[in-house]
Amino acid sequence: MKGELKELKLTVNGKPCELKVKANTLLVELLRNELKLTGTKVGCLDSACGACTVNIDGKAVRSCSVLALQANGRKVTTIEGVADGDKLHPIQEAMVEYGAIECGFCTPGMVMSAKALLEENPSPTREEVREAIQGNLCADEGYVKYIEAIEIAAEKMRGGQ
Amino acid sequence: MIGDFEYFAPKTVDEAIALLSKYKGEAKIIAGGQSMLVVMKRGLLTTEYLIDIKGIAALDYIKYDEGEGLRIGALTIHRAIEKSPIIQKHFRVLSEMEQNLATIQTRNWGTIGGNLCHGDPAGDPAPVLIALNAKLKLAGSGGERIIEVEEFSKDYLEVALEPDEMLTEIQVPTPLSHTGIACEKLMVMKGDMGVVGAAVSITLSPKDGVCKDARIVLSNCASVPLRARGAEKKLIGKVLNDSLLVEAGEVASTEASPPVDVHGSAEYRQEMVKVFVRRAATKALERAKAA
Ligand SMILES: Cc1cc2nc3c(=O)[nH]c(=O)nc-3n(C[C@H](O)[C@H](O)[C@H](O)COP(=O)(O)OP(=O)(O)OC[C@H]3O[C@@H](n4cnc5c(N)ncnc54)[C@H](O)[C@@H]3O)c2cc1C
Repeated sequence: MKGELKELKLTVNGKPCELKVKANTLLVELLRNELKLTGTKVGCLDSACGACTVNIDGKAVRSCSVLALQANGRKVTTIEGVADGDKLHPIQEAMVEYGAIECGFCTPGMVMSAKALLEENPSPTREEVREAIQGNLCADEGYVKYIEAIEIAAEKMRGGQ
Repeated sequence: MIGDFEYFAPKTVDEAIALLSKYKGEAKIIAGGQSMLVVMKRGLLTTEYLIDIKGIAALDYIKYDEGEGLRIGALTIHRAIEKSPIIQKHFRVLSEMEQNLATIQTRNWGTIGGNLCHGDPAGDPAPVLIALNAKLKLAGSGGERIIEVEEFSKDYLEVALEPDEMLTEIQVPTPLSHTGIACEKLMVMKGDMGVVGAAVSITLSPKDGVCKDARIVLSNCASVPLRARGAEKKLIGKVLNDSLLVEAGEVASTEASPPVDVHGSAEYRQEMVKVFVRRAATKALERAKAA
């Protein structure tokens, strides 16, 4: 039936969740409105800016362009699931340390794109780093610092320090 | 925000087809939703029943056999095609095409089948698949049928699917020997939909180097992916050189009737068809010679 609540089981930031949602709920609406995980930002809601990027089963995906029900049975990671308690993830640390964050609105999406990249490819080339964040719009044009921070994080994560 | 619908998530092709037959005409399939949700969010499309096929794992595969060629399940994501070692080795043009299709986020969720069924004449996969002489397998309540990719697009955003049918497989034959294939598109930014694009396949005769076959397909130049047959005729039967490739671009440009929008006038696009046909043909010819 239309309007009926549908069951949804998924893992969000390592925690199993069982919920009921309307079928026309977008994943980003579920995350922000139902689960109150407002770290994931909504820029355009039109699959153009990448601010809402999360990881689904380890891959960067735009949460404004996925139905919540399509995440059934999958593992979703948002920016809230990246740090280990108070300890920032090396990607976050590098972004803070090297001044990659300007207004900060695109940062959660950038971190999620970078995380998916480095998990799949621990030693990316500069071109691969650029490509990974190509779908994340930074209106401040702060790309160079993001790219440098991701490269530094990659080095740290490889055990280079 | 998106109009409401009743939602189904079939686990098999048979279940999906049963739902399509039951709700004939009132149901819509969603795969990755990368095109669908954009139009639904804008209120341009509503549906009573939404059939989510993304979970049909049996349609997510890439298989290759030299005799049979390449088979890609309709639910294979763009990124899997881009990264597939088999495709990079034997059908490199498909991987190259995917590298410029949208962004990683979209390629991680959107499917090749959804792209073809969306029927956007600016889409990248269809022209390349037409240049590759590929076919599609459709499944419906009456069984399966095979259709050429070239016959699949009917009009702007319209494809040759019956209400109870779905796309299940893309079949790409192994190209003839001494064939080179390449694609090029004009983008405002990398990953944007092409302002115009061209896919070219050239097959040379091994004994005298004469062009035995040529296929030239344009994107965003008509309401469907457009075969520039006049341009192909310029090449077939000749020993190719740059001035013939330039001429082919000029003929293709006269065959094109591109749209007009913020990214360019029709005249500009027609000029760009010349440039991009020549570029793709130059690369295809180099590859055919090296093959
Ligand atoms: C920001 C952005 C940039 C893009 N850039 C490009 C680009 O440069 N080049 C390009 O070619 N595309 C581009 N696209 C389009 C997009 O990537 C594809 O069209 C998309 O991947 C479609 O696949 P999907 O699985 O998401 O299909 P959906 O959106 O789920 O479906 C699209 C249509 O196909 C139908 N459908 C889907 N699967 C089937 C099936 N198996 N059988 C029958 N019907 C089916 C649906 O009913 C719907 O009508 C872009 C999209 C975005 C959001």
